[in-house]
Amino acid sequence: MSSELIYQPISQLADQLASKKVSSVELTQAIVARTKAVDPKVKAFNSFDEADALAQARASDERRAAGQARGPLDGIPIGIKDVISVEGQPLTASSKMLANFVSPYDATVTKKLKNAGAVCWGRLNLDEFAMGSSTENSAFHTTSNPYDLDRVPGGSSGGSAAAVAAGEAIATLGSDTGGSIRQPAALCNVVGLKPTYGLVSRYGLIAFASSLDQIGPFTRTVEDAAITLGAIAGYDPLDSTSFKTEIPDYLAELSKRKGPWKIGIPKEYFGEGLDPEVAAAVEKAVSYYEKLGCEIKNVSLPHTEYGVGVYYIIATAECSSNLGRYDGVRYGHRSKDAKDITELYFKSRAEGFGPEVKRRIILGTYVLSSGYYDAYYLRAQKVRTLIRQDFLNAYKEVDVILTPTAPTPAFKKGEKASNPLAMYLSDIYTIGVNLAGLPGLSIPCGFSKSGLPIGLQLIGQPFKEAELLSIAHTYDRAHDWATRHPNL
Amino acid sequence: MSAASDLNIDHIANLARLALTPEEKTKFAAQLNDVLTNIEQLKKVDVTGVEPTAHGFPIFNVWADDVAQPGLPVEAALKNAPAQRNHMVVVPKVVE
Repeated sequence: MSSELIYQPISQLADQLASKKVSSVELTQAIVARTKAVDPKVKAFNSFDEADALAQARASDERRAAGQARGPLDGIPIGIKDVISVEGQPLTASSKMLANFVSPYDATVTKKLKNAGAVCWGRLNLDEFAMGSSTENSAFHTTSNPYDLDRVPGGSSGGSAAAVAAGEAIATLGSDTGGSIRQPAALCNVVGLKPTYGLVSRYGLIAFASSLDQIGPFTRTVEDAAITLGAIAGYDPLDSTSFKTEIPDYLAELSKRKGPWKIGIPKEYFGEGLDPEVAAAVEKAVSYYEKLGCEIKNVSLPHTEYGVGVYYIIATAECSSNLGRYDGVRYGHRSKDAKDITELYFKSRAEGFGPEVKRRIILGTYVLSSGYYDAYYLRAQKVRTLIRQDFLNAYKEVDVILTPTAPTPAFKKGEKASNPLAMYLSDIYTIGVNLAGLPGLSIPCGFSKSGLPIGLQLIGQPFKEAELLSIAHTYDRAHDWATRHPNL
Repeated sequence: MSAASDLNIDHIANLARLALTPEEKTKFAAQLNDVLTNIEQLKKVDVTGVEPTAHGFPIFNVWADDVAQPGLPVEAALKNAPAQRNHMVVVPKVVE
């Protein structure tokens, strides 16, 4: 029974919960049991609170018994990246800096999930402060790829991706600054959606790079992504960058839009550095859309090659500013042997942050420092304009852009750990989406010969998530990648 | 654009209020030189007349209604403080 439950999509579980074939308590118990059985190997979680999850599940069952069920998410266990606040639960950002921090309030997305009746389940591992592409930068432990425990799950939301892949949660939330939802989704055979910047509130998300960060779901199917996005999207007065736009019923829209669509293939995403097996799987997906009657058009995003450089200037500049708040004074790690306030700042930060965070603070401080601001930061913002214009020009001809999500399948732990530039380049296909503020989605599109998942990225037009999800859903329901699971 | 070798790690670490060990300084300087060399490519782009983008979808004049809202209770706000006394955060002496 439990193995049948843990790998079901939300859409099916919602029916079973509604018809009372299964209770939320039974489902949550199955997820807890699965987590206890496999997490010592996968290490997707930083912590979980079994009693709290079961109490939420009991409350869901009671609501349902009283005829007050709140929709498809009511009673579904959803894991949360340990960078999104859940009141009364630890909030560590996988950093020693916040090792003992307990969140005093809920993030807006958490509140929305709770209002939808979801069971908030566990705190999922990440690269420290969401900085990384492998989840090796966590101060606590490295999460393993469920398909090959010697390999990384991707990052920074590696815990969120691995938990869904391993059956330790039905869905999870992550955050995506340069690909941190889509790249781990691709490496772990799950669906990962980064919504348009401003569609989902960032209130209660620990800030990394504020103009790029966006919260989004990891799910088994595109249908589940539509359900989860519907629950978390919407204007929030607590986030000044939150966008006032109508939120359609994403799930209902899936069946209304049938295409055929115009699909753009950017030549710059299919060149040097792309693994041949990834290229072959993505090209097969292109053929699928072509057979469906979609028009496949070559498009050009000529400033693609500058994306990584622009990203590492803007993201580190914003991170050096955002992480200034960790000074050991009001919260977070405080050095025990500082003799004055200045030393308290220097030592608390030195002891609390890990190497990748320090590296990025240094780079960000450098590019913002006097004499270098125009040369680096201002120039990067201008090239960001050109990157954004490339996408908007392409959308004059096509509905959606199709690319690989990551250049290679999951790499081995340690393989890129000592070479930051090589690690940074693993986000090469996802970074442009954040710089332009667009919605992007990764869906499973195959496996390598050695059994490693491969992902396909679809990039949509601003705030047209309904269209993007429909295009992805068409592919998703015609393929059975979501029914394949790791051997654990 | 400036040469990557301009990175004075002691100066930057001081600006960032971040104490680094000699090993960290050597390691970060070398790694960041690689990254900065990559970033140097941006020099090739003609940005004449291009406006900078700070946000994908900038929103201006976001005002909250001027109505008092309850904040976190003092106890909750101080719960994560490393040291506290009498509803205040305790820090080493700042003024002699």
